[in-house]
Amino acid sequence: MKCSEFLHELTNYLDGVIDEPTKMELENHLSWCHNCYVVCDTTKKTIEIYRDSQLYELPEDLRSRLRSAIMKKCQQHKKRPPESA
Amino acid sequence: MATIQNKLGEPVSDELALVRAAKDGDDAAFEELVRRYDRNVFRIAQHITQNREDAEDVVQEAFLKAYSNLAKFQEQSKFYTWLVRIAVNEALMKLRRKRPERTVSLDEDIKTEDDSLPREIADWSPNPEQQYTQAELREILSKTIQGLPPGFRTVFVLRDVEGLSTEETAAALELSVPAVKSRLLRARLQLRERLGRFFQRRENGDKSVSGDGTR
Repeated sequence: MKCSEFLHELTNYLDGVIDEPTKMELENHLSWCHNCYVVCDTTKKTIEIYRDSQLYELPEDLRSRLRSAIMKKCQQHKKRPPESA
Repeated sequence: MATIQNKLGEPVSDELALVRAAKDGDDAAFEELVRRYDRNVFRIAQHITQNREDAEDVVQEAFLKAYSNLAKFQEQSKFYTWLVRIAVNEALMKLRRKRPERTVSLDEDIKTEDDSLPREIADWSPNPEQQYTQAELREILSKTIQGLPPGFRTVFVLRDVEGLSTEETAAALELSVPAVKSRLLRARLQLRERLGRFFQRRENGDKSVSGDGTR
């Protein structure tokens, strides 16, 4: 297996959606190719860091303000006469 | 390797019951759907628009659109997937209005297969995120993902941050499964390479990079 072939399968490998023979080939490649091992490991870390980052959490006060605004707009929409088709 | 966990902490089994009640005019049921998904929609919107006020607008517009089109929701997909599709479209529209000189679409900036091949292989320090304060880390992550084309960061945020399946992501973005996989691979590799500027293992153990990560 070449490095480019390894990279091609990297997303399937990280997502665990790969058949057993291909997985074995990939892991065999990883056992001797340091570069692919590093790329694989740091890509996995990249995903974990973003997933655990709590980037762009919605603060509770803003959250309730938004929810009130949404429900108010929904009420207004309900009161409007139905649009003709 | 661990599979990616879903960020929706709550069970979805009664989602359909809520949707049907909301369709019958029960606003409390719709409000419960808002409560259930507002944080997800906000996160997705801010990832795409990279602007907090725009993300707030997108949350409101997406839920209002869902409310007013609820009768058209066919129940063939999850309500959440349908809502995400609406929110992504609203967010992309915001971007288009802000950057009228450029076409913003999910197909933008799709170059050849080779453009994401790793050029920088160096390993990272162990627990690299711990070298930074929470605020510094958020700044790094935010700036790094901002550098990706919208089509890449949208796929990344739906798959890897929100935990949608490949099929759900494809349905929400109206892309094919191979297109989602290809964008996801390139988004992951590009983010990895860009984060490496901050997280690389250094001989002397310091973290002296310039503020924007350029070297």
